[in-house]
Amino acid sequence: MTDTIDNIGREAVAIDMIGVHKWYGEFHVLRDINLRIERGDRVVICGPSGSGKSTLIRCVNRLEEHQRGRVIVNGTELTANLRHIERVRQDVGMVFQQFNLFPHLTALENCTLAPVQVRGTSHKHAEEIAMHFLNRVRIPEQANKYPSQLSGGQQQRVAIARALCMNPKIMLFDEPTSALDPEMIKEVLDAMVNLAKDGMTMIVVSHEMGFAREVADQMVFMDGGQIVEMNTPKEFFESPRHERTKLFLSQILR
Amino acid sequence: MRLAVSLFATPFNFALTVLSVGIILLVLPPFLNFMIFDATWHGTSRADCLPNAGACWPFIKAKFGQYVYGFYPIDERSRPNVAFALGALLLAPLLIPSAPFKWLNSVLFFGVYPVIAFVLLTGGNLDLRIFLLGRFFDLRSIVDLGVTGGLRSTFWADFLLSSSFLTAFAALAAGVIGASIRRAAAICLMVVALLGAVLLAFDLDFGLRSVETRAWGGFLVTMVVAVTGIVVSLPLGILLALGRRSELPIVRFFSIAFIEFWRGVPVITVLFFATYMLPLFLPSGVSFDTLLRALVGVALFSAAYMAEVVRGGLQAIPRGQYEAAAALGLGYWRSMSTVILPQALSLVVPGIVNNFIGLFKDTTLVLIVAIFDLLGQLRASFSDPNWATPVTLYTGFAFAGVVYFVCCFAMSRYALFVERRVNVAGRR
Repeated sequence: MTDTIDNIGREAVAIDMIGVHKWYGEFHVLRDINLRIERGDRVVICGPSGSGKSTLIRCVNRLEEHQRGRVIVNGTELTANLRHIERVRQDVGMVFQQFNLFPHLTALENCTLAPVQVRGTSHKHAEEIAMHFLNRVRIPEQANKYPSQLSGGQQQRVAIARALCMNPKIMLFDEPTSALDPEMIKEVLDAMVNLAKDGMTMIVVSHEMGFAREVADQMVFMDGGQIVEMNTPKEFFESPRHERTKLFLSQILR
Repeated sequence: MRLAVSLFATPFNFALTVLSVGIILLVLPPFLNFMIFDATWHGTSRADCLPNAGACWPFIKAKFGQYVYGFYPIDERSRPNVAFALGALLLAPLLIPSAPFKWLNSVLFFGVYPVIAFVLLTGGNLDLRIFLLGRFFDLRSIVDLGVTGGLRSTFWADFLLSSSFLTAFAALAAGVIGASIRRAAAICLMVVALLGAVLLAFDLDFGLRSVETRAWGGFLVTMVVAVTGIVVSLPLGILLALGRRSELPIVRFFSIAFIEFWRGVPVITVLFFATYMLPLFLPSGVSFDTLLRALVGVALFSAAYMAEVVRGGLQAIPRGQYEAAAALGLGYWRSMSTVILPQALSLVVPGIVNNFIGLFKDTTLVLIVAIFDLLGQLRASFSDPNWATPVTLYTGFAFAGVVYFVCCFAMSRYALFVERRVNVAGRR
């Protein structure tokens, strides 16, 4: 089996967002977002709730539709073209706050579903891949359990393995540890750190500042639908430029 | 001991227990007397039944053939028998979860069996004359090699020509809208080939005597109507439910219109309309079989109800499931068939079975459009003077009651089994 994570795409730019705006009715959620993420970059986005962090990363695989500007992912621009959207989604893995595992399938079946259905991988090969990634997130022994039989941390690790089985070029994490009990946060973060060490392009919406310090190349701070500040973690934590960032950091770092 | 405690624990429980026992004592003995102890078990005519106050079972025995087959020709009854047996043989492994080859089994039961059953029951050899092009041109002047083995050369030439045109047209249309020409042609050819295979089976002369549906009756008709209704209504209902939740306005509009129309009309009206009014609107010369019309009516009617049951299940699936499926790159149909529907349908098993049971009992309504199902045959048999006794009527209805109860109870028990099974697979 090939170690799939090293098999990165050719384009140097993984994600390019140019002047992106989005409205929910009257509410202006994203205002003029310009964000360029190079391949292999690890970006952590933080900001107060309602600042548009989740909406931003959901625009990357078009779970949300942007209304103005351009979003180009792996060289494919996201438009209404369904085929383009599906192509982008196949190469972009996503991990949700609420895990969203398929409750009627075992952990293993959760992992093999998309490779078999979308990529046309054989069942046998898909199971090998799935076991490989379940090993990587350290829960191979839970492969035949249903999600309801797993703890939150285990479920989230299965969700990570499920996304990795599609051999994605980019991984999106939407507050992956926010719904977890404190003692389970570490096991999920460990899996994410390992992934980062392997060179995966990652965007993580998270308030886990320890994790951000450890793995991030770029910190993005959002407020009111705008990117307020973008910097290396060192600069970001030690000498934030904006008042709003300082206030936010003082609140969550305490 | 524990039972006794729970039966008499409180004054209220005590009262309930006494009341229940009273009701059972009141109802059960007369029922058993009628059905078993006072019943006539052997005999050949009304004279044997007259002395007894209980059910006249020889009457049922004498009429049994009629109840099962209606007026189906007596020397052809082996055909429905084979159809029943084949159906049971294919259905049983489908219902047993551990039986292998589920996919092949489903194809055989849902795809091949209806065709075989149709040919067996009607005799096939439909003598098809006109397909598509034949409606616009008189093809007999071009191809007319007569009829061989029940196949009319003009029709099959028409079929081949029309399907080539259709395939070419599909490929062209795909080319225009920028879809894959090869794929469009392949899909079109596959559909045409399937249709051709079915038509061929219907058209071939297997040497079976033709039996018009007018001669069908009894339990045979009940089963045909119920099974068709059940088999058609579930997939159609699922499609309608998906259509009603579709983001495409036209699809949504038509699904809603269809569902609301059929839900708003009583099934009796549907049957009456299909049988007596529809011919008035159709061009003269075009006519459909009465039973077929009733079948279509019943199937569409129950599909509308099924759609609402399925929609209930779809609405219970959290948005995160749709998003997770989409984020993995599953397209609409794949995410529906592998993620959403398996969960939604297992939630609404009770509702689906409820519909099936209702449908099974509603089949008796075909009686009003002069199709004689089990109940119709029963009523017809009451007028036989050879069996005129005071208990004939009660005996007949008791028999029908038992038959319907057995069928519906079996469905309901099986549904419970399925429910438990899908619930074992861990749920949130």
